[in-house]
Amino acid sequence: MEIKDARGLACPEPVLMVKGEIDKLGSGIIKVLVNTVAAKENISRLAKNQKWSVAITEEEDGWLITLTK
Amino acid sequence: MNNKVLIIITGAIVGALAVLLVISGNPPNMGMCIACFLRDVSGGLGLHRANTVQYIRPEITGLVIGAFTTSVITREFRVWGGSSTFTRFILGFFVMVGMLVFLGCPLRMILRLSAGDLNALVGLVGLIAGVVLGTVFLRKGFTLGQAVIQNKSNGYLFPAMFLAFLVLLLAAPSFVFFSEQGPGSMRAPLFISLGAGIIIGVLAQRSRLCLIGGLRDLILFKEFYMLYGFIAILFVALAGNIIVGYFNLGFAGQPIAHNDGVWNFLGMALGGFGCVLLGGCPLRQLIAASEGNTDSAVTITGLLLGAAFAHNYGLAASPKGVPMAGQAAVVIGFVVVMCIAFFNVYYNVKARKSSRREVAVSDGN
Repeated sequence: MEIKDARGLACPEPVLMVKGEIDKLGSGIIKVLVNTVAAKENISRLAKNQKWSVAITEEEDGWLITLTK
Repeated sequence: MNNKVLIIITGAIVGALAVLLVISGNPPNMGMCIACFLRDVSGGLGLHRANTVQYIRPEITGLVIGAFTTSVITREFRVWGGSSTFTRFILGFFVMVGMLVFLGCPLRMILRLSAGDLNALVGLVGLIAGVVLGTVFLRKGFTLGQAVIQNKSNGYLFPAMFLAFLVLLLAAPSFVFFSEQGPGSMRAPLFISLGAGIIIGVLAQRSRLCLIGGLRDLILFKEFYMLYGFIAILFVALAGNIIVGYFNLGFAGQPIAHNDGVWNFLGMALGGFGCVLLGGCPLRQLIAASEGNTDSAVTITGLLLGAAFAHNYGLAASPKGVPMAGQAAVVIGFVVVMCIAFFNVYYNVKARKSSRREVAVSDGN
């Protein structure tokens, strides 16, 4: 399973990256690494609005967000 | 806490503190303005010699202290940087030029609006136009690239620098400038300025309040979240201004503003365009820099230098209007920012195409 790396990207690129995946897949699992809280929260908000479930685990230098639908 | 509640509370407190700061002595409709206050800091340090806008504003140091401390406590202080650093510096420079032609950052734009200054409405339309323009390039793949983790010591420099500015303010050595007339001479008492800055710094760090982000996310994702903060600032400051009698609806005679619609529009459009490419408004850049983002720290130095140039070379607007040099600077700014955006997308597309062609591409960059 490919993990998207959105660490070090400025707003709104992490969200744009995830939105692209959500639009492409429609359903399934998306994993994305982020390093800023803004990105973490923006992605979570977008995913919840699109009815994806969100799980977040803390990594050494950021967070791994797992989206499922 | 529910995020929506937090952003509304943040907006409400920012609005209330902005009015309090004006009552306490800050310039009218300028309780809090990141662009104006960075310009004042730049002048206070003697980087420009406009004797009406020189004062090392403690609000700015307060914001930095508040955001830095909170990010350390919440373990969100993370030191990253190194993505298109010089490009950010240039963008910061021209964002400041645009905002000083309008006379305010997006935060002051809302505060001006809340006091009835309709020129700010023209600025808002310009800001939206600039943000729309920026999102066109974002959709086409504009990116400043990926930052990398940096040695933690890098992240402490920015807060340390603003702490040093506060020391300079308190010690007031002879090389530090204090305006004796004009907006720079209008100051709330130090503890109120510093305290308000710290409170807003804490809240902005927690809520990620970003006025550019609000408009951008609405355009890109139909996402209203950040705009609730905007609206809360507007309504609370509006109520405050009406109560204390500062509300004055109209275009003419507004404090520290001019009513040249074309340049209010274009100045803010340049600011909005640059900020979208940078990923956030000056407030957000300041907070991010305090949280360890060294790219944002460079953006702030770009803003400081932009302010120094704007006042040393007569680019900044005044209540009299926008000087010819300022108009030229805005046009140059548009050309520069447009080139940055265009060539960034151009080379990104080219790189993507060539990496598809060459299968065994080495990762040697």
